[in-house]
Amino acid sequence: MATRAPERAAPPRRPGGKRRLTARHWRHTVDVKASPYAYVAPFFLLFCAFGLFPIGYTLWVSLHEWTLLDDEHTFVGLENFRVLLADSYFWNATFNTLSIGLLSMLPQLLLALWLAHLLNRPLRAQNFFRITLLLPNVTSVVAVVVIFSQIFGRDFGLINWVITSFGFDGIAWRDGTLSSHVAISTMIMWRWTGYNALILLAAMQAVPRELYEAATIDGASSFTQLRKVTVPMIRPTIAFVVITSTIGSMQIFAEPLLFGAYTLTGGQDRQYQTLSLFFYENYMRLDFGFSSAISWMIFVFILIIAGINYLLTNRMKGSIR
Amino acid sequence: MTGRRVNNRLTYLTLTAVAFFFTIPLYYSIVVASRDNASLASVPPPLFPGGNFFENVSRVFDTVPFGLAMLNSVLVAGTISISVMFFSTLAGFAFAKLRFRGRNILLLMTVGTMMVPTLAGIIPLYILMVKLEWVGSLYAVVVPALVNAFGVFFMTQFLSRALPTELLEAGRVDGCTTWGLVWHVVFPAARPAAAVLGMLTFMTAWNDYMWPLMVLTPENPTVQVALSTLAAGYVNDYVMGLAGTALGTLPLVIVFALLGKHIIGGIMQGAVKG
Repeated sequence: MATRAPERAAPPRRPGGKRRLTARHWRHTVDVKASPYAYVAPFFLLFCAFGLFPIGYTLWVSLHEWTLLDDEHTFVGLENFRVLLADSYFWNATFNTLSIGLLSMLPQLLLALWLAHLLNRPLRAQNFFRITLLLPNVTSVVAVVVIFSQIFGRDFGLINWVITSFGFDGIAWRDGTLSSHVAISTMIMWRWTGYNALILLAAMQAVPRELYEAATIDGASSFTQLRKVTVPMIRPTIAFVVITSTIGSMQIFAEPLLFGAYTLTGGQDRQYQTLSLFFYENYMRLDFGFSSAISWMIFVFILIIAGINYLLTNRMKGSIR
Repeated sequence: MTGRRVNNRLTYLTLTAVAFFFTIPLYYSIVVASRDNASLASVPPPLFPGGNFFENVSRVFDTVPFGLAMLNSVLVAGTISISVMFFSTLAGFAFAKLRFRGRNILLLMTVGTMMVPTLAGIIPLYILMVKLEWVGSLYAVVVPALVNAFGVFFMTQFLSRALPTELLEAGRVDGCTTWGLVWHVVFPAARPAAAVLGMLTFMTAWNDYMWPLMVLTPENPTVQVALSTLAAGYVNDYVMGLAGTALGTLPLVIVFALLGKHIIGGIMQGAVKG
């Protein structure tokens, strides 16, 4: 790793011999003043080239009629956005994304809070439970969808077997809007609940013990303690979890794509096509101007939801004080 | 005191039930992967592993270039993690311990972009890869991921807590240059956090799907791209799909089960400050 040292105003590695003090002093000044930039430079150069620049450039592309096959890119102003906002497929995908997002996020957050609360006490096998919680998160999205596609299968699926053995009819999970959303939400919940529980647990461990001791003396039950002590104390972390889950749920892609056996429409009636999949469908048509407009709209939705979230957490803080 | 004991027992019972539901899909994937397609139709469905795993696996290798995919994924995830560890430690050290003009604004920029979805820049990134003629090669997957904002943020957080400023000052007094400090003081101090960051990065890179799918071809895939080719083209061949899934997932799951304690510690540490 030493050979990968970034370039910098090379001061001597060992200030050897009797150099003049001024020269050494000068080198020292250069080292102190300039070298910080050398340490952040590799990160920032790569980050600007492959991170920041593309984000800004998306906006530029979205203002053009832009396909990969054609070198001419005609400036069309906001035309792509106009077409997009009038596209019913876009609003269908928006609805599906929000529906799947809500269906997966609300139960997930409550379950994660409860699990973290259970783990936030001296237990044996603490590490065992934590590792099993995170196991689904280690499993790749592709693997999760392949596994759950089997479990949610209409004919040979594990869940339908349980349902039919109780005497009910099996469910064609992929066909309905709600049923497909439930199936996809289950995959998301399975993969992320444990991860979020661990983040909440980390925050819970930082809550001063005296608060719980005082609450116990006052006779508060475990559930009351969770509601009245824990939740208010870890509100910033809850907000963090909600925002990161929101960003994640706005980008759900592999689940609908592979649940529908690689159809870009997300079911015959687009009943589970998410925004990311809608983006990918148009990207595959090489319509880059239009797809860029979609990715900007996704970004805007995330900003709006994050803003609402921020306002809500702030208001909650106000009402409690 | 009996009340507390009952309560405790209930906690263990609940957690065990949750652990059961969290592991059953993985277990069931192994059951299916080791059966043949005909036995899946039986009622009740098979609940224990069978003896067909290796036959299914060899069919996976016949259908997609799975060996190449594994090699590619190891190369990609390995290179990315080493690079992220190295550059994040350097930048994290500068942000945490050095004073320079523009430090706060640069750090703010880094943290601010952590919330921006990857999708927001993906089209220009693809155009860039076309221009560089990297589409279809591993460069397209590796180079854009060599650094990330999370890594820098993570190492900044860690080093500002774990690296004593006095130690750096002592080094200065002894005539160390900044690079000397990095080599003799910062790298040793950063090692635990860098290891966690490396493991997290490796997992993320190994599991990344959308971008590799966009820039790689089925002939030169990563594991996830190869798996999705399997899942897409052989919809009714469940046992093969799940045999591939098991093969592409199990190495990581096993490594995680062994090192999980440290990774979890890292996630929880990063979270509190985040």
